[in-house]
Amino acid sequence: MEATVQSNARELWSGGDSPFKVSYGKIMMWYFLISDTFSFAGLLISYGAIRLSQPAHDEANPLSWPDPNHVFNAVPFLHGHYPLVFVTFMTFTLIFSSVTMVRAVQEGHAMNRKGVLFWLGLTIIGGLIFVGSQAFEWSHLIHEGMTQKSNPFGASAFGGLFFLITGFHGFHVSVGVMLNSWAFLMTFFGAFHRRGHYEMIEKLGLYWHFVDLVWVFVFLAFYLL
Amino acid sequence: MSQETTIKEHLETHVTDHDHDHDHGHHDHHQSFISKYIFSTDHKTIAKQFLVTGIIWAIVGGGLSVLFRIQLGYPDADLSWMKPLLGKWITPEGHIAPEFYNALITMHGTILVFFVLTAGLSGTFSNYLIPLMIGARDMASGFINMLSYWFFFLSSVVMAVSFFLATGPASGGWTAYPPLNALPAAASGSVAGVDYWLVSIVLFIVSVLLGGLNYITTVINLRTRGMKMFRLPLPIWAFFLTAVIGLLSFPVLLSAGVLLLFDRNLGTSFYLDQIYIGGEALANAGGSPILYQHLFWFLGHPEVYIIILPAMGIASEVLSVHSRKPIFGYTAMIYSLLAIAVLSFIVWAHHMFMTGMNPFIGSIFVIFTLIIAVPSAVKVFNWLTTLWRGNIKLTPPMMFAIGFVSLFISGGVTGIFLGNSSIDVELHDTYFVVAHFHLVMGVAAFFGMFAGIYHWFPKMFGRHMNNTLSYIHFWGTIVCAYLIFFPMHWEYMLPRRYPTHAGFDTFGMFAQLNEFITIAAMASFAFQLIFVFNFFYSIWYGRKLKEQNPYHATTLEWTTPIRPGHGNWPGDIPEVHRWAYDYSKHGRDFIPQTEPLSQYEIEHGEHGDEMDSDVIAHENDDHQS
Repeated sequence: MEATVQSNARELWSGGDSPFKVSYGKIMMWYFLISDTFSFAGLLISYGAIRLSQPAHDEANPLSWPDPNHVFNAVPFLHGHYPLVFVTFMTFTLIFSSVTMVRAVQEGHAMNRKGVLFWLGLTIIGGLIFVGSQAFEWSHLIHEGMTQKSNPFGASAFGGLFFLITGFHGFHVSVGVMLNSWAFLMTFFGAFHRRGHYEMIEKLGLYWHFVDLVWVFVFLAFYLL
Repeated sequence: MSQETTIKEHLETHVTDHDHDHDHGHHDHHQSFISKYIFSTDHKTIAKQFLVTGIIWAIVGGGLSVLFRIQLGYPDADLSWMKPLLGKWITPEGHIAPEFYNALITMHGTILVFFVLTAGLSGTFSNYLIPLMIGARDMASGFINMLSYWFFFLSSVVMAVSFFLATGPASGGWTAYPPLNALPAAASGSVAGVDYWLVSIVLFIVSVLLGGLNYITTVINLRTRGMKMFRLPLPIWAFFLTAVIGLLSFPVLLSAGVLLLFDRNLGTSFYLDQIYIGGEALANAGGSPILYQHLFWFLGHPEVYIIILPAMGIASEVLSVHSRKPIFGYTAMIYSLLAIAVLSFIVWAHHMFMTGMNPFIGSIFVIFTLIIAVPSAVKVFNWLTTLWRGNIKLTPPMMFAIGFVSLFISGGVTGIFLGNSSIDVELHDTYFVVAHFHLVMGVAAFFGMFAGIYHWFPKMFGRHMNNTLSYIHFWGTIVCAYLIFFPMHWEYMLPRRYPTHAGFDTFGMFAQLNEFITIAAMASFAFQLIFVFNFFYSIWYGRKLKEQNPYHATTLEWTTPIRPGHGNWPGDIPEVHRWAYDYSKHGRDFIPQTEPLSQYEIEHGEHGDEMDSDVIAHENDDHQS
């Protein structure tokens, strides 16, 4: 086997070995993520196209595109207006969960089962906090009168796009939390340890970072621009 | 035993966490019926599942076209005899109800484009040929591969169920444009049919993605030793690029479909703005139906290449094998496939010249569209020069491959007309367009598929198909195809999607032509039934295959046993030493890919053709020195 690997190192693409030196599972995950990029791109481009056809924000025009500082200014358990404070917390949680995921992958490389459990557990908690916060934000906005059809803050298209795209992203996060929880159990029962490697954690890590990265664009579209 | 350990090691070098795969090829007979034929993870079985499902859908889809052609060809006839089949969709006057006519064409398009020519063609041959031709025991993930088929099956079931809805299946065209397809009040097919259509398409997209991930990964990771990218048989390149195109375009259809589902069911207005229906103004505001068209055609145009690339790959292989000559311009064939794949993503708006576009943007899309003619022509010339002075064996697969080239030229030429926006304005939505795309991607892709089926049938089932019936099928099909679609070009002012043209004096002159086309369509359908009979009969009763390599082909699938088990090769996976097209070289009829280069032999592409080494950094392969 050693000899095979060495002779193939001369020609990466000459067959008999993976040219990128990665397993099929990781290549699949990468291509899936590229593919999923296109589905998010389709939605975000639709957002752009619809938004550009609407009047830009204008205090005087109730049908103009809303001002995010005005829409997203609630924080749970606090009264008063705190523009974008809560979403900053959400974003921070999600990005921090990426950091913990990196640590989980690292511990997996070191074959440290307990380390994987600790950091993967934190990642799952981070994901749950994010999804929970999103649930709070949604219910708050619905309470304020924003639905997929209507929007008291301005152009009604904002409501539909917001719920669709953050919902699509939240769905991805939820799936990630579920997969991570499954991997947590597998790690807990030592399945990956017996397999001899924690590559599954790496693959889930790729997915998790992707979901974080997409959030940056979603965040940009709805909360900043 | 030592042999088995080598296989294990070999597998481990590329399949790191695939524990269950080691013993494939050895314990085949222990499988139950269900795990062997239904929930199988063997790529060969999955390919056959795709093929048989595709054939069933082709009969349904083709049958629908016969029904609406009868209505078109005989607009005044009493069609009450269809009542047992169509029930209330036959009007009291004995015509097909206009809304059901539209449902028929919608379903015909959807079924043929997605279920037959995507799943049935790419699904079948990518699954069947990729592992066999690159020297792999199976797809990278047999389980995901199995899921791919079963998602397709689910999608098929949902689409089939929609036929039995009280309000009929989707009827707004296979493109499902809003607002017609977004508003239940707009048409009977839009009440529930479009929801079923969308759910079915979403399931289908999942199937395509799961399949595509496997095809790409398998080609990248699981090529056997020596199988460089530039030694791959051309079908593999075609399937690989098809999968890449599918992976990048289908998700956008997913987004488009989700938005449409929201508009339909949750009252959003992504595609809707200022609409009156039945005299009443709707509340929807702020969306754009043109947005849907952009999203749809971003898939829709690459989709036609998803259909035709596999056919091109299959035709290239078949033409080379049966003319006992290397494919002409192997590298040019690969680069033209690549060029088509790239260009396919930047021409989508040529479907929208009539929907109101800035003429400047339109002209950019015209230019890109016309540029596609260049790689397409490269391919055509290479096929013709492959035939040139070849030792041509006119076997059934060869006949279909030549037929493919013929149809591709005939249909492709009119693409040049239609690609020009100024001409397209006249021809848009007429039978000229119908003739164009049916020839170039409908019938041509079918011919590629038939070439593939006839060529690899012995490999698939260990038996031959009946030759006489095959020739009858070929001549009947090609003659009928031209009889249907050539005259259609004359109907260049006749609008599509009208159940009858009776109310228009101008179109009266086409009445007889329409009748003629209908007769040819019915005959064409009858010839397909000959194929269906031949196919299923030969699976069980065909002449048994006695030779391992009946065509004297060079590629790896013919080095497997006549009936390969799960794992494909009983012993080691063969190693590859040369490209796939060493025919009539050094006085020999063919040299298999597994044969090392002889001492004085120069490999194809080693001299004069430096393009090989530019793209993929490879040093000279000196196995022999």
